[in-house]
Amino acid sequence: MQQLHSKARQLLESGAVKVVIGYARGSDPQRARPCFVRRPDQADQLIWDDRCQQNLATYLLKPEVKSLGKPAVVVGLPGLRTILQYAAENQLADQAVLALTVSDHDQVAELTTFDAIEKYLATRPSGLIPEQAEELARLARLPPEQRWAFWSAELARCVKCYACRAACPLCYCARCIVEVNQPQWIPVASDPLGNLEWNIVRAMHLAGRCVDCGSCAQACPENIRIDLLNRVLAQEVEAQFGARPGLSVRKDYALATFRPDDKEDFIR
Amino acid sequence: MAEFQPKIVAFVCNWCTYAGADLTGTSRIKYAPEVRMIRLPCTGRIDFMLLIQAFGQGADGVIVSGCHPGDCHYTAGNFHARRRWIVFRRLLDFLGIDLRRVHFAWVSAAEGAKWAELVNDVADQIRKLGPYQAFPKRLERRSESVGAG
Amino acid sequence: MTESAILQKRSLAELFSRLIAAGHRLLAPVRRDQQVGFEPVSSPQEVATDWVQTTRPAKSVVFPRYEEILRYRFAGKDVEVEEPRPSAPSTVLFGVRPCDAASFAVLKAVFTWDSPDVYFEPKLAATTIIGLSCTKADPYCFCTSVGGGPGDTRGSDILLTPLDDERYLAEILTERGRMIAELAPGLFTPADAVSKERVLAQVPARFNGQDLAARLGRLFDRTEIWLEQSLRCLGCGACAFVCPTCSCFDIQDERDRQGGLRLRCWDSCGFSLFTLHASGHNPRSVQSERWRQRVMHKFSYQPERLGLLGCVGCGRCSRACPVDMNLAEHVQSLAEISG
Repeated sequence: MQQLHSKARQLLESGAVKVVIGYARGSDPQRARPCFVRRPDQADQLIWDDRCQQNLATYLLKPEVKSLGKPAVVVGLPGLRTILQYAAENQLADQAVLALTVSDHDQVAELTTFDAIEKYLATRPSGLIPEQAEELARLARLPPEQRWAFWSAELARCVKCYACRAACPLCYCARCIVEVNQPQWIPVASDPLGNLEWNIVRAMHLAGRCVDCGSCAQACPENIRIDLLNRVLAQEVEAQFGARPGLSVRKDYALATFRPDDKEDFIR
Repeated sequence: MAEFQPKIVAFVCNWCTYAGADLTGTSRIKYAPEVRMIRLPCTGRIDFMLLIQAFGQGADGVIVSGCHPGDCHYTAGNFHARRRWIVFRRLLDFLGIDLRRVHFAWVSAAEGAKWAELVNDVADQIRKLGPYQAFPKRLERRSESVGAG
Repeated sequence: MTESAILQKRSLAELFSRLIAAGHRLLAPVRRDQQVGFEPVSSPQEVATDWVQTTRPAKSVVFPRYEEILRYRFAGKDVEVEEPRPSAPSTVLFGVRPCDAASFAVLKAVFTWDSPDVYFEPKLAATTIIGLSCTKADPYCFCTSVGGGPGDTRGSDILLTPLDDERYLAEILTERGRMIAELAPGLFTPADAVSKERVLAQVPARFNGQDLAARLGRLFDRTEIWLEQSLRCLGCGACAFVCPTCSCFDIQDERDRQGGLRLRCWDSCGFSLFTLHASGHNPRSVQSERWRQRVMHKFSYQPERLGLLGCVGCGRCSRACPVDMNLAEHVQSLAEISG
């Protein structure tokens, strides 16, 4: 953490950034909380460990944070991918953000341009880790009725609080589809149909954009495995179209492009 | 006891499949009457949520059909639709929604016979599968089942 | 009114079956993986042990997540309206923490403010609360800062305090509590003054909510405070949905060709479009204003209008918050700033 503290201190002292968005100790030993370090002498509160799960890149689009001035943000691989995905979606200008990422052995890499982030990500493993892939495969192996039973039970707990939406960095629509009421596309009530529709919409609107940070499931107060829905579609988008969101600034949104020879086996 | 009459909703594009279905009619080819067609300008406009809404309002099966790739009246609408369906189908399957109740096809304005064959086949399948009872329905809700918390 | 008695823990099975036999629906905290929530039970074995607080409160017993308030059908040229009064089955909530027991008074104050809420009242009238004192607390509990405590009796019809591995102290506090006890009189042996203080959790007060209520208004215009506190808030709405006293709701109309229905659904003042007017103006268009609203509502406006604090210190908001917006910490800070 030493490197992180000194790097943050140095960036603030030199005025290169006005705020370092990172994590600090949380309310209990198992938690970390996002913090906005603006003074060099506060840099010591920054931590980086397994408790740091929420994707901080989501703050880069928050007006109150933008008005603090140029930020540095402490991120892991999903956070870096978020920044590039923001770039691909024209939400961030190049060099508007300084990414600080802690790699093995507590080395802090300072990535100041999109290009630098791209190159860095190219050196890192990406894609689902084996445990995640196995989880998806295990569910996929179940007969459809059991899958439905599993998801019906999971989604029954949904209270439609939309914490998943708020925590997801790629859910940044000023007016989400659930907030449109002329007509009300997605019912407000957290009944079985409403919960199903919301979770389907969320998964589909993020398909090809999700950077696999897991913040959605982290945020869910009911511990519903909604991240699995995003992960299975990330897997599909990659398998079918070779698309991996957030690894390059080149716009490659799978659902806004096509190839005339896209393959499928179910259309008569 | 009345035989089960499935409710099947078909979302079709105006320029190809709808015209093709017209041809089926003018050719006097009989096909299953349980299908209700909803005409949209293009498959590219078909939001995946429309299929979910159909099921939520009591449909037992859904057909989606449009112009063949390369023949879209708006040039590329069906290419976008195809991608969307590939991804959407994966999600439906992962959730355990019955994929046997969702059918996709390319039916051109000249394929009146194909439309009849498709509809008859789908209606047959859905009849055998029975009503889609597992799918939650709109307007059935009363109150959150008060098992509380 | 209070009668003190001893209830053996092993008597719970008998008590449960008497309650169910008398036609009550019995709900108690049940553990499912990481969650503990109120579910129907029939035996004490199903009840969760070793938990500080449930994930969700029991408020949906009196204020469901969604509730039909009317239904209509088109019949020719006419419209037939059905206004269902859903039956309020007699319900016994077992294992309600003192903070949650106190929360029903806040909901009642809101829903009976100037006219009785016909959906809420029957449910509350049909609910009996068997509270369970806290022998353990966690860093998020702050009942003692808002006029409550780990053994507080407000809101409970019977309050059970586990004295040791075998016995509860049972304080029978209300007429309804007496009726429950009378279902199984042999199980409640009268007790002389038994102190529960020694087993109760230690929850040091972090601020004085009552005093703060009088002063908080002064901080309304201190935008920089609200901004600083809410910088990390995502506006997600989880806090309102796990809160036992939050009562904001949305009315939704849904219909098809045959008719429709009107629903009352939970809502949250933390949502960005909560206060969006039809004109397009949004008086709380930034998160700091919504955060301010949340705090002021519970700690200033409700005390002023309803005569009680709108927060019972259960800590669920802080446990559920994805970015650790610890409410007690923030309010303590406000208490210090407002002197």
